[in-house]
Amino acid sequence: MVVYEKKYDIIVVGAGHAGCEAALAGARLGCETLLLSINLDAIALMSCNPSIGGLAKGHLVREIDALGGEMGKIIDATGIQFRTLNTRKGPAVRASRAQADKQRYRLRMKQVLELQDNLSMKQGEVTGLYVKEGVALGVDTKVGVRFLGRTVILTTGTFLRGLIHVGLTSYAGGRAGDLPAESLSASLLEQGFDVGRLKTGTPARLDGRTIDFSRLEIQHGDNPPLPFSFSTDRIDRPQLPCHIAYTNERTHDIIRANLDRSPLYGGLIEGIGPRYCPSIEDKVVRFPDKERHQSFLEPEGLDTVEIYPSGLSTSLPIDVQFALYRSIEGLESVEVMRPAYAIEYDYVDPIQIHSSLETKRVCNLYHAGQINGTSGYEEAAAQGLMAGINAALRTKGKAPLILGRGDAYIGVLIDDLVTLGTREPYRMFTSRAEFRLLLREDNADLRLREKGHEIGLVREEDFDRFCRKRQMIADELERIRSTRLLPSGTDSSFLEEFGLVDLHNGLSYEQLLRRTEFTYQELMRIDSTAAGLPHDVREQVEIQVKYEGYIKRQLEQIERSVRLENSRIPEDFDYAALAGLSSEVREKLLRFRPDTLGQASRIPGVTPAAVSILAVAIKTGRAR
Amino acid sequence: MYRKDTITAIATPVGEGGIGIVRVSGVGAAEIADRIFRARGSGGLQSHRFYYGDIIDPSSGFLLDEAMVVIMLAPRSYTREDVLEIQCHGGYLVVRKVLELVLSQGARLAEPGEFTKRAFLNGRIDLLQAEAVIELIRSKTEAALAIAQHQREGVLSGRIAAAKEGLFKSLALIEAYIDFPEDDIDLPDNCEIRSAVSECFARIDELLDGFSEGRVLREGVSVLIAGKPNVGKSSLLNTLLREKRAIVTSVPGTTRDIIEEVVNIKGLPVTLLDTAGIRETGDEVEQEGMRLTLEKIPLADLILFVVDGSMPFDDEDRLIKDAVSGCSVLLVVNKSDLPVVVEVPQELAANKTVRISTKSGEGIDCLREALFATFIREGVLEGRDYAALSQVRHRDALERARGHLLSFLQGFGTGVGLEFVALDLREALGALGEVTGETTPDAILDEIFSRFCIGK
Repeated sequence: MVVYEKKYDIIVVGAGHAGCEAALAGARLGCETLLLSINLDAIALMSCNPSIGGLAKGHLVREIDALGGEMGKIIDATGIQFRTLNTRKGPAVRASRAQADKQRYRLRMKQVLELQDNLSMKQGEVTGLYVKEGVALGVDTKVGVRFLGRTVILTTGTFLRGLIHVGLTSYAGGRAGDLPAESLSASLLEQGFDVGRLKTGTPARLDGRTIDFSRLEIQHGDNPPLPFSFSTDRIDRPQLPCHIAYTNERTHDIIRANLDRSPLYGGLIEGIGPRYCPSIEDKVVRFPDKERHQSFLEPEGLDTVEIYPSGLSTSLPIDVQFALYRSIEGLESVEVMRPAYAIEYDYVDPIQIHSSLETKRVCNLYHAGQINGTSGYEEAAAQGLMAGINAALRTKGKAPLILGRGDAYIGVLIDDLVTLGTREPYRMFTSRAEFRLLLREDNADLRLREKGHEIGLVREEDFDRFCRKRQMIADELERIRSTRLLPSGTDSSFLEEFGLVDLHNGLSYEQLLRRTEFTYQELMRIDSTAAGLPHDVREQVEIQVKYEGYIKRQLEQIERSVRLENSRIPEDFDYAALAGLSSEVREKLLRFRPDTLGQASRIPGVTPAAVSILAVAIKTGRAR
Repeated sequence: MYRKDTITAIATPVGEGGIGIVRVSGVGAAEIADRIFRARGSGGLQSHRFYYGDIIDPSSGFLLDEAMVVIMLAPRSYTREDVLEIQCHGGYLVVRKVLELVLSQGARLAEPGEFTKRAFLNGRIDLLQAEAVIELIRSKTEAALAIAQHQREGVLSGRIAAAKEGLFKSLALIEAYIDFPEDDIDLPDNCEIRSAVSECFARIDELLDGFSEGRVLREGVSVLIAGKPNVGKSSLLNTLLREKRAIVTSVPGTTRDIIEEVVNIKGLPVTLLDTAGIRETGDEVEQEGMRLTLEKIPLADLILFVVDGSMPFDDEDRLIKDAVSGCSVLLVVNKSDLPVVVEVPQELAANKTVRISTKSGEGIDCLREALFATFIREGVLEGRDYAALSQVRHRDALERARGHLLSFLQGFGTGVGLEFVALDLREALGALGEVTGETTPDAILDEIFSRFCIGK
């Protein structure tokens, strides 16, 4: 093994959505960072959907952006259709989603990485960890180079012992067209990690020239498109529509007739797949009464004819794939450019990592992304960013940045993973966030910009911009509290429209905005100052005023949980010696080894009484 | 969970005892002391001093008990918060009434071991106390576990699980609609959700109704016999006692001139309080007895108002009629063996009336039936509903759940966003979860995935 002469602060293994954020965060925080990828042409590649965002995922992207991550900026620069989902619902559950130009997205990210100081990129397959006495010191590669690093971040995606299935045929691969990482799993097992197996899948890519779009429903993006990043002013790339197709009974018959040739139903696949992203054969089997299943046909880019048919992932044999796609109206003569496939890969159950994403077994080793059992680019990027930040903080001898469940979806994501572990690919949903009404896309900057700036990831110009916005919000809140609508000075038809004719003492603008039917649109008819404010300031003020009651309620809930969340359990805490715990609870605590009392209280089966006992024991142990 | 709110619990073992202690801890402790305790002959309460005085319900002005009270201001207290301890007369009834009064003043019922937990979280517990404290919590835990086990097997968990089912499904419908806007999931059916939640609401109400009956059956009721002198109060007491020979205990009351006897009526433990008769008098001893009677009236669960059927309703009867107004009253017309003369005034006509003769024993069975029926609805014993809800803690949780459901039903379908009303459902499920175990977000997702075909 040749030892490379340069020693790095951070080595990131894998250059997917987690790896890119990790490497950028590390380098931007001044650490000498090495990013290793099995294929430098596949950096930040979208292996599945050519899209970013969606419910709860859009929230994650905005949070990544607020902290100083890159994902939001890249999609703003390369997106070809932007939509806000759930516009008819309340602000907390609205989310951004964009179609990406897949190749441009990847190239743009590669360029940002290449232009980043302190960051080197090298192609190579990592075959093992270099660990001594429980401390990660570097990685070994297939071509015989050992890279030394003070910290190592593993973001292995679907590459660990990746196994691709098309029908009953299977072959090793990290993704269609890429090699797998065959030996790294063994190295993890050797370190004592519990390694499990997951499965995911992707649909075929179709030739757009062979699709009759005139027979499909068209779906345009929003006009104007709204950006993800707090730093982006507007989107100026040309926009493309998607189309909606539906399966039919014939499609379902084809699937049913060929289930015996499915690796999933034939028992070839051992990994557990995501329930929220089932293959089309799964949907047909589990919901036999549903007459049709919807598919969005998403363009993969401006310069390509490739089309991604969402919801139609499958691991059925290729001849069945031809038949099932062609059974769909509008797709009768469709050509498959890349077959659909299922992929199995290794992951490391995340109860084996801390909230900082550092592993409990090996010091200075961090895991992020699918290796932790998650699915989704956004979930991966969020963890990558946090792993990069925390590895950098480690090299500086500083405490890690840990976001709470009340701070961010990122906090919910990581806390769920490290507290509960996962047995299936984990995806974020808004229903996972108990403080959902506070964790909105619109206030991600108000929640996290300051933290991002404090650790040094947010650029000064972005921070100044944020501070100005925050000040404007505060000023406007003050103004609407102190400005009153006086009946005498107001147009009588306006008063009549809003039932304010009998008003004697006037109402503050704040009181007006509290009314459900009254928004800034209405206020601006009588108030010219409001019209001069930026849209995002008005939006923020309106949300804060209108939903004040609910916001308060959630803040109180957070307040109640703070003490437990802040009570740390020592890493070497001796549960076996603790009297008073039932054996079931003790076993759970031993297995999960929670970092805090808050985490302990969320482990199913750990009773409030057990938490009390633990609390007392920790306190007295400390006193000793 | 650590909370900054004020908690309370009965600190002494349940059952008969010389004294019972209700302990209160938190920011509201001092204020609660101010509101419910009136010290005899002194100004405000100083920290760490014992005061003798009266526990008074500030909403009604009723005297609950005489008590010794000490306030220990933070940080010199067990929890390092303001702590109030109320030492009242022993016996479950009085202590529970005091506890309920404290609860009504804004305190929350403490979780098992919560005082100790606060003591820990506030840095109060030191090394020397550690062992003892862990033992203490442990014993409480085991007791709590035993109760939980019992409840789990019992009627309650079944009832609550049934109630939760509808909420849980409704929440899944709402969450699916919120979280999967691209999976062509229809707007949830308002009627379906509303009816499921209303049904749950009704089930909780039933359980809460059953609570009073269950409590009544376990803890008994106090029935005060009131009437002017010589109307037959004592013979009524003796008749009731002799009838069944079911005396459980016979102890003198905590007050000198009221006799307490416990009798079992169809399985219902009834503490009969035979009081001094009420009338205008100059006799000081008798006046004192009457004062005690009058004080006890509002504390009793039921008043047996005994009148002499052979005499007209006179001023002395009227005196009692005034004293018992607002109370639950069963009118007993005695001496039915003699010609009936009495004419009951209009105000009393609404109360159930039973004619008896303590002399012949006539009507005593009817009286027993009527007394029982006052507390236990027909058919309840057969339905076993009464046994379902027994713990104040559980009632507390159910009442919170009820509040959240009420708030849901008020907001749902009125233009309030589904993610907002979902918060009400989640909190209701959380409160019910305190009784039967939590509903985890994962369980909700399980429900969504089993109901809807989701996936892009």
